[in-house]
Amino acid sequence: MAVIEAEGLVKVFRTRGGEVRALDGVDLEVREGTVLGLLGPNGAGKTTTVRILATLLRADAGRATIAGLDVARDAQAVRRLIGLSGQYAAVDENLTGRENLWMFGRLYQLGSAEAKQRAGELLERFDLEDAADRVAKTYSGGMRRRLDLAAALIGRPRLLFLDEPTTGLDPRSRLGMWDVIRGQVREGTTLLLTTQYLEEADELADEIAVVDHGRIIARGTADELKSQVGGERIEVVVHDRALLAHAAELLAPDGSASIDDHTRRLTIAAGGGARQLVDVVRRLGDENIAVDDVGLRRPTLDDVFLALTGHAAEVVATEDNQPRATKGKAR
Amino acid sequence: MSALRLAVADGLVISWRNLKRVPRIPELAIFAILQSIMFVLLFAFVFGGAIPIPGGGSYREFLMPGIFVQTLAFASITTAIAVADDMTKGLIDRFRSLPMARSAVLSGRTFADILYNTGILIVLMLTGLVVGWRVNSGVADFLAAVALLLFFTYAMAWIGVFLGLVVPTVEVAQQLGFLIIFPITFVSNAFVPTETLPSWLQPFAEWNPVSALTGATRELFGNPNPFASDSWPGEHAVLLSLIWTVVLLAVFMPLAISKYRAIDR
Repeated sequence: MAVIEAEGLVKVFRTRGGEVRALDGVDLEVREGTVLGLLGPNGAGKTTTVRILATLLRADAGRATIAGLDVARDAQAVRRLIGLSGQYAAVDENLTGRENLWMFGRLYQLGSAEAKQRAGELLERFDLEDAADRVAKTYSGGMRRRLDLAAALIGRPRLLFLDEPTTGLDPRSRLGMWDVIRGQVREGTTLLLTTQYLEEADELADEIAVVDHGRIIARGTADELKSQVGGERIEVVVHDRALLAHAAELLAPDGSASIDDHTRRLTIAAGGGARQLVDVVRRLGDENIAVDDVGLRRPTLDDVFLALTGHAAEVVATEDNQPRATKGKAR
Repeated sequence: MSALRLAVADGLVISWRNLKRVPRIPELAIFAILQSIMFVLLFAFVFGGAIPIPGGGSYREFLMPGIFVQTLAFASITTAIAVADDMTKGLIDRFRSLPMARSAVLSGRTFADILYNTGILIVLMLTGLVVGWRVNSGVADFLAAVALLLFFTYAMAWIGVFLGLVVPTVEVAQQLGFLIIFPITFVSNAFVPTETLPSWLQPFAEWNPVSALTGATRELFGNPNPFASDSWPGEHAVLLSLIWTVVLLAVFMPLAISKYRAIDR
């Protein structure tokens, strides 16, 4: 059964600079107990989608339901089913971790004692017990995110929205966060995750929807998306730029090698896997072409993105990622 | 749970959260009080000697109601900053994603402001007693004056909420707050008798809500109250102050609420 169903979501923000079509007809379906990763660069419309589904923002067109409830008409009932954590949701930095969770539990309409007990459970589970009675202001980035996630889970939501849950975290905190998220999914929570990290979507999501310019341009499992860009390739970084063309001619006489002059990198299709790699190294050695790097490369989601959109999934800072900007747009 | 019970319960949770800031950042309250005490000392000892009160009377008794009103008016800037801060930090979004009463974020905030400013007012009154301010009237008049002051505080809190919701950043909240509140409190009878102002400014100063409330509380506390005796605002300070507060509430409460509701647009 689909927990999230969205059809033709459109959102236009009016800013001083003119109109920005943040969503241009987004359709989504997420089945109970699965994880959908919304993948795309900043400004693609990921956060706007989440904000509409989480009842924070009203769509200009289209409709969306959570467990059959309309997000615009039955917003209050929808809020009982969801938890939201990420760039926008936040904790009160002047309250302790425990106080924060108690407060959000109360506002989720748990009784005071139940909220207290639930707060204790979550603090323990997210490894925040030692810091539970310190004000959140003193927390590290990773601790704050875990507290934020705990706050989203306080009411045992059926559906969890995580908006870029690891943006800005150091690698170790990111791995810790992934573990916590996986644990939650194992317990059966349906998850909609947005990320600009291709690795993260690959790691956590059952299915990935690639978002660009307010549209979903592809969806499928990570493997399905990767197969769209073809198989393995061999990449060679030639030491001497002058020998780049010669090396390309040598390795792909049919002219099928792609050459990046700037990085002195050439890429060829590799049907033969590791055996072909050994062959490439030998032939370059025979011709005395010095290389800085050579390797067999499996397609990553970066390649998928490049193939689908014609531009890399580069991180561009836009207004879309600042809560205040959204407020400005709301005018 | 009935809608009203939900609204009250959630509003109290939000008030609790807002009041927790006071012990957690004690500097906020301490500096607010020190700033007011600085004004008391500046006016009582530096400017006071140069400001004669028409009709006679103690300048310090004249001054203190002005200080009360000024402090409570400035408190709206604190509110605006706190609301703007919650907006930028995403806390308002978190509240809006929860199945809580929609009214609670604003009602809890403004209720907390009344409690907080009651505390500030008590400290200021004690300070006033130390520098020579006295209440020369009965208990009923005293309580009426306090009620007027707190009612005004409530209106100012809603103005603060509205400002906090419309400004793009915390810094703008601060600047805009000062831009609005400063002239209103200083072009008034709070620190100087309006007679001393240029004649073109006098009508503004006499009809200004800060002057109305200051005049009303001076009257109720039995402090020197040198309104020109033939002016309507001077004769009806209590009534004018009530009208002003009701008007401010009637304008800014709906504005703030509709602004809050329109966040999802």
